[in-house]
Amino acid sequence: MSALLAIDMPYWLQTILRVLGGTVAVLLPAGTIVYVFLFKMMSFMQSRLGPMEAGPYGSLQLFAEVGKWLQKEDLYPDRADKFIFKIAPIVVLTSTFLLVAVVPFGPDAWFTNFEAGVFYALAVSSVSVLGILIAGWASANKYSLLGGLRAAGQLIAYELPMVLAVIGVVIQAGSMNFQEIVMAQNAGEIFGWNGIGNPYILTQMVGFIIFMIAVQAELTQTPFDMPIAESELVSGYMTEYSGFRFLMFFIGEFATAGVFSLIAAALFLGGWGIPFAWFGWDSMDSIDNWMNIVGPLIMFTKMMVLSGIIMWVRFSYPRFREDQLQKFAWKVLIPVSLLNIMATAILKVAF
Amino acid sequence: MTMLGDRQQLAYIASQAADARVNVELETEGMTLNIGPQHPATHGTLRIICRLDGEQVVWAEPSCGYMHRGYEKLTEVRTFPQVTALVNRIDWLGSFANEVPFILAAEKLMGIEAPPRAQVIRTILFELSRIANVGLFLGDLGVQLGAVTPVFLAFRDREYVLNLIESATGGRFHPNFDRIGGLKDDLPAGWIEETRAVMKKLQGFCDQMEDLLFGNEIFLARTKGIGIIPRDVAMQYGLSGANLRASGIDHDLRRDTSLPMAWNKADWKVWTHTDGDAFARCWVRLQETRESCKIVEQLLDVIPSGPIMTKVPKIIKVPEGEAWVATENPLGEMGYYVVSKGDLGPFRVKIRSASFNNMSVTPWLLKGVYVPDVITILASLYFILGDLDR
Amino acid sequence: MSSTETPEATPVVDTDRDSFVAEIRARLGSAVLDSFVKPGDDIWIRLAADTWVDSVRTMRDDLGLDYFEFLSAIDWMPSPFGKGEEDPTAEPAEKDTTIRQGYAGGDTRFQVLLRLESLRGKPAVNVKVDLDDSMTIGSISSVFAGANWHEREAGEMFGITFAGHPDQRNMYLPSDFEGHPLRKDFPLLARVIKPWPGIVDVEPLPGGDEEGGDE
Repeated sequence: MSALLAIDMPYWLQTILRVLGGTVAVLLPAGTIVYVFLFKMMSFMQSRLGPMEAGPYGSLQLFAEVGKWLQKEDLYPDRADKFIFKIAPIVVLTSTFLLVAVVPFGPDAWFTNFEAGVFYALAVSSVSVLGILIAGWASANKYSLLGGLRAAGQLIAYELPMVLAVIGVVIQAGSMNFQEIVMAQNAGEIFGWNGIGNPYILTQMVGFIIFMIAVQAELTQTPFDMPIAESELVSGYMTEYSGFRFLMFFIGEFATAGVFSLIAAALFLGGWGIPFAWFGWDSMDSIDNWMNIVGPLIMFTKMMVLSGIIMWVRFSYPRFREDQLQKFAWKVLIPVSLLNIMATAILKVAF
Repeated sequence: MTMLGDRQQLAYIASQAADARVNVELETEGMTLNIGPQHPATHGTLRIICRLDGEQVVWAEPSCGYMHRGYEKLTEVRTFPQVTALVNRIDWLGSFANEVPFILAAEKLMGIEAPPRAQVIRTILFELSRIANVGLFLGDLGVQLGAVTPVFLAFRDREYVLNLIESATGGRFHPNFDRIGGLKDDLPAGWIEETRAVMKKLQGFCDQMEDLLFGNEIFLARTKGIGIIPRDVAMQYGLSGANLRASGIDHDLRRDTSLPMAWNKADWKVWTHTDGDAFARCWVRLQETRESCKIVEQLLDVIPSGPIMTKVPKIIKVPEGEAWVATENPLGEMGYYVVSKGDLGPFRVKIRSASFNNMSVTPWLLKGVYVPDVITILASLYFILGDLDR
Repeated sequence: MSSTETPEATPVVDTDRDSFVAEIRARLGSAVLDSFVKPGDDIWIRLAADTWVDSVRTMRDDLGLDYFEFLSAIDWMPSPFGKGEEDPTAEPAEKDTTIRQGYAGGDTRFQVLLRLESLRGKPAVNVKVDLDDSMTIGSISSVFAGANWHEREAGEMFGITFAGHPDQRNMYLPSDFEGHPLRKDFPLLARVIKPWPGIVDVEPLPGGDEEGGDE
């Protein structure tokens, strides 16, 4: 996992460790988000207790749910395109796993230190659209088809503001590498004061808001949950799925929320780092090794805060209509993010 | 060199053909979408057959009858006091309100009237069932539009009201408490104080709903201008209740008819809205819930003492005649046309339920809207399957 | 009505309603066959069947009865089955099968019943129309759009054909349902008392082997 340790590790062991680490990095946030937010925070907001029986305060409820789903029969509709129907949830979940690969958790705790990491993340995140689209198509169900089509339209529309929002960060950091972006934020200074580094949420506030809105739409969470729309399309593309295939969609939904929160944390909140000035670090090599342990914890905390916001919005808002959502994307978010890019570029040149 | 190569020429022809195709109306086929019979937006088993063009509804028609229980036939083989147990189940969220017009019709035929105390208590219970019903509507509205939280608050606060109804009548959903000539029982001790406290809570609930939903930008965007019912259409279709008042018609049977009930003893207001859209209907219902709370609070102060039952024979025979009584029920105007032949039971009962008329406007209303708006419109028209199918 | 008023205090003469009936009669002329006013309560009028669609239109446009309440029908024949509570072993009692119509009279077994109200302060009116044996009558769905569903319901429940109805399908019943449930001669099977089978408490299944019973 770590570049330092990799010296005395054979390649296969590194691979196994990375795969294990990636699984943990996907499933742990997903489980925590489901328990803390979906079960408990939602219940608190709705003045009820939520699950209380399985484990202390229902903390083992998720395991019970997973056990239940695994026991269920793997059903598929009679007239479904069975092969495509079966691989669709795998495609969705795969994109989540691919996404986490570029997220750095510490100075040496990364899965892959990819030069064009931001570019890669944005590209890979749209793979899930394919999974959702084919899930909707292969279900041989009109509601699923409508859900799949809505999802495709929506995810494509919100891909663009997301990319444009990130470009501001890329311009400011001068790099597409996540490590470099994290470094730039923590080593930066605000008008000479380096007490908190320079997290881009301050300079890229507009970009951050657009990014979070786009993430909300990308994750198909309320207010942008038209592809799922329980009251209209009865869960949309997921309607026909049961058992562990539904579980995959379910994990995919919340794991992606976690991973996008991680990416947002790395891009806007300073990622795994703490302001380098506190310990007098000035470059990547001078960072103490314990940051490889503390870094992931910091990332996790930031992830929880951001996914808390995502879930909070999810539980409180009604949903848009499809055409209103498209209007919002093309007429509001994209122009604003273009202006943001322009302003960033001008200021970058000016300073 | 002016000659085009073979390959270029083919590409040119293909592009010409593609250009020609662009302006041709493609022969597309609509999709028929069955919303229901099992669908979360239909509050039961209603099926709406929609013909879709993309997401737009070209033609829609509700298909009823999945819950038809034949109450009009069943009433013909029951005695007058037995009928209340049946009509309870018509609008199952506001059961007590269903009993009242039937009992009033029977009393009208018999020429008797409940004592003043019974009239006031009847009115209070009537309004409580309205609060329980419309309160749940407000929460359900959120769910239909995608907000999950309000419905839990609605269920929580409806529970207080149901507890009140239960402690007074013994039944949470189907009280069967109204009797010809009065009520079955008097109020239990301490009920009035408790009701007062609950009404405070319910006022708070209404404020909460207004904050949660009616001030929400997305809610406004989803409901404003959706499903507009103009005034004359509302009258042609015989819409009633909040649906009628949202179209700008100031008509409330509680105020406009002289029934032996106690609404005129309270000071309250009939709310109307001029827009006639989904938002107006929901907003009028919200205000109505508030007014109901006010009515109950005021009536609690003026409950007269005295008997709760007038003198009626043990075996009730209703004289020959015909009577129509309608009241302003939670869903709208609910009326019974009772024909008696001087028998123990009614000869014919025509149940005019609010949802039937309210829903009959849907084929007209659903033309050309989007699928999500179908849900909004159905939610805002607010029907209950038992009331639609009877 | 305040609680101090007793039922005896209702006026015996209802000038409002009487004058409204006179107005209706003047406007509709011979189309009004009969009328009945219950003071302080309601108006019943009986219209001629052949011109009733026009009469209803006139009532809507000129008489201010602009609010459609409901449309249904009444079968005036007393039920041959009673309440289904008679002792099945005893000889069935002789039933009075004479048809007695209600307010505003009538000549036929079936009557269409329509109630119109006014949102302009006019009294409400119950309209009755006789249905002859052809069981066909004009549809008022062109006058009141809301009558569409009511006519469909009345049509299937009583077997009435509404001429000119845009689409008279069954409202509630399956399309292959036989019979008209709200007619009085349609038995309510749930209330038909079957004789207690006695010692043999296993009934033969319908369509099953006759000897399948416990012998």
